Amino acid sequence: MKFSDILIVGGGPAGMSAALAAADEGVRITIMDRWDELGGQLIKQTHRFFGSEKEHAGTRGIEIVKILREDIAKNPLIEVKCNTDVLGIYSDRVIAYEEDRLYHRMTADKIIICTGAAEKMLQFENNDLPGVYGAGAVQTLMNVYGIQPGQKVLMIGAGNIGLIVTYQLLQAGVDVAAIVEAAPVIGGYKVHASKVRRLGVPIYTKTTVKTALGDKYVTGAVLADVDDKFEIIPGTEREIEVDTICLSVGLAPLGELISQAGAEIRYIPQLGGFIPKRSESMETSAPGIYVAGDVSCIEEATAAMIEGSIAGLSAAIATGMNRPEAIEKRDEYIEELRVLRSGNTGKKIRDGLAML
Amino acid sequence: MRITDHPVLTYDHGEKVQFRFEDKTFEGYEGEPIAAALHANGVRELREHHGRPRGFFCAIGNCSSCLMEVDGVPNVRVCVEPLKSGMVVKLQSGSGSLMGGTTK
Repeated sequence: MKFSDILIVGGGPAGMSAALAAADEGVRITIMDRWDELGGQLIKQTHRFFGSEKEHAGTRGIEIVKILREDIAKNPLIEVKCNTDVLGIYSDRVIAYEEDRLYHRMTADKIIICTGAAEKMLQFENNDLPGVYGAGAVQTLMNVYGIQPGQKVLMIGAGNIGLIVTYQLLQAGVDVAAIVEAAPVIGGYKVHASKVRRLGVPIYTKTTVKTALGDKYVTGAVLADVDDKFEIIPGTEREIEVDTICLSVGLAPLGELISQAGAEIRYIPQLGGFIPKRSESMETSAPGIYVAGDVSCIEEATAAMIEGSIAGLSAAIATGMNRPEAIEKRDEYIEELRVLRSGNTGKKIRDGLAML
Repeated sequence: MRITDHPVLTYDHGEKVQFRFEDKTFEGYEGEPIAAALHANGVRELREHHGRPRGFFCAIGNCSSCLMEVDGVPNVRVCVEPLKSGMVVKLQSGSGSLMGGTTK
């Protein structure tokens, strides 16, 4: 059976960072991704990143992908398997995967799971109509393939993703009729909110979508005000004409492989839902199984990259490559993550992690 | 529907190819997802499920909203399946047949 020191499942920002950090310690890595290139969701992030210089602050996500891909391609210790689906993780860390429509098995000393997250759904009438898209799907269409998702969009959710994707829609020449947000306040950064408002997109807080209108595809939406309990206030309904409803109501971790590996999972809403319990070194309760990125806690790509570096270093150290420099480097990343999560915007994450 | 002028991005399209959708011939770029090519041609309804039209939703192969019949193979996730010249793409009704089986 094929063997690698460390197998990384998922080649997004977390997985790529984990591979680079671990390979730096001299261990052999295999990284698998179901897409035909590494990059994960970074390939559609046209905005510039905040955070630390080490994680490429000030650089656009699409540029960060290129840097990480090049570093990986140059590293002889990292084997990349794209178009590869990991199907299961069994006892003794036997991994089943599909490559070229054939099933294979391999084992690894350590496994780092970086499978990311999926778009959350929102319950409203006709939410299955064509034209109701996840924000990630809208980004994929316009930022990767150069296709407008529609002509007039209603954005649901005023978190950072909702605000950033609204701006990107405007850049792609698409009209955004409004952003609606059920909460009483805008969740995303003020700087993003001001930018889209300046460009004429109204943001309605305490508002939700009640119904998607249309027969074969979206032709409009019914909006309504909500009270403090997020219940619709009768009589406040009004129609808006749009051809696309874009949902940016959060992400849910793709934790199936982690559950299958036998790691303990906890439900922590602040972190996105069902989250693996893990140590500061990103190891789960299943020995030798590590996590990083959105699958371990819904955050953003900078945090995912730092978590990836921590998981990669931890896994490498645990294989026996016990260099003091590696431990020092990992402690620096752990501190960096703590700093990133300090302050107001990191409060939700801190609260969630305290429950873990 | 194609974006031709973008302040940040330039698009690296593959070769222009033709494919069939139902009884029509469409153009798309080789290698882009089938769903993207359909979208660029104004097609948003990809299948019918329990009598209701369905389009794509997640665009990363997770949600199964976009299953279509491609070259006779049902349940193809067209949001991640690359377009090739001459493909025959059909709306899928219901769960599709098992490969080698029949719908009735």
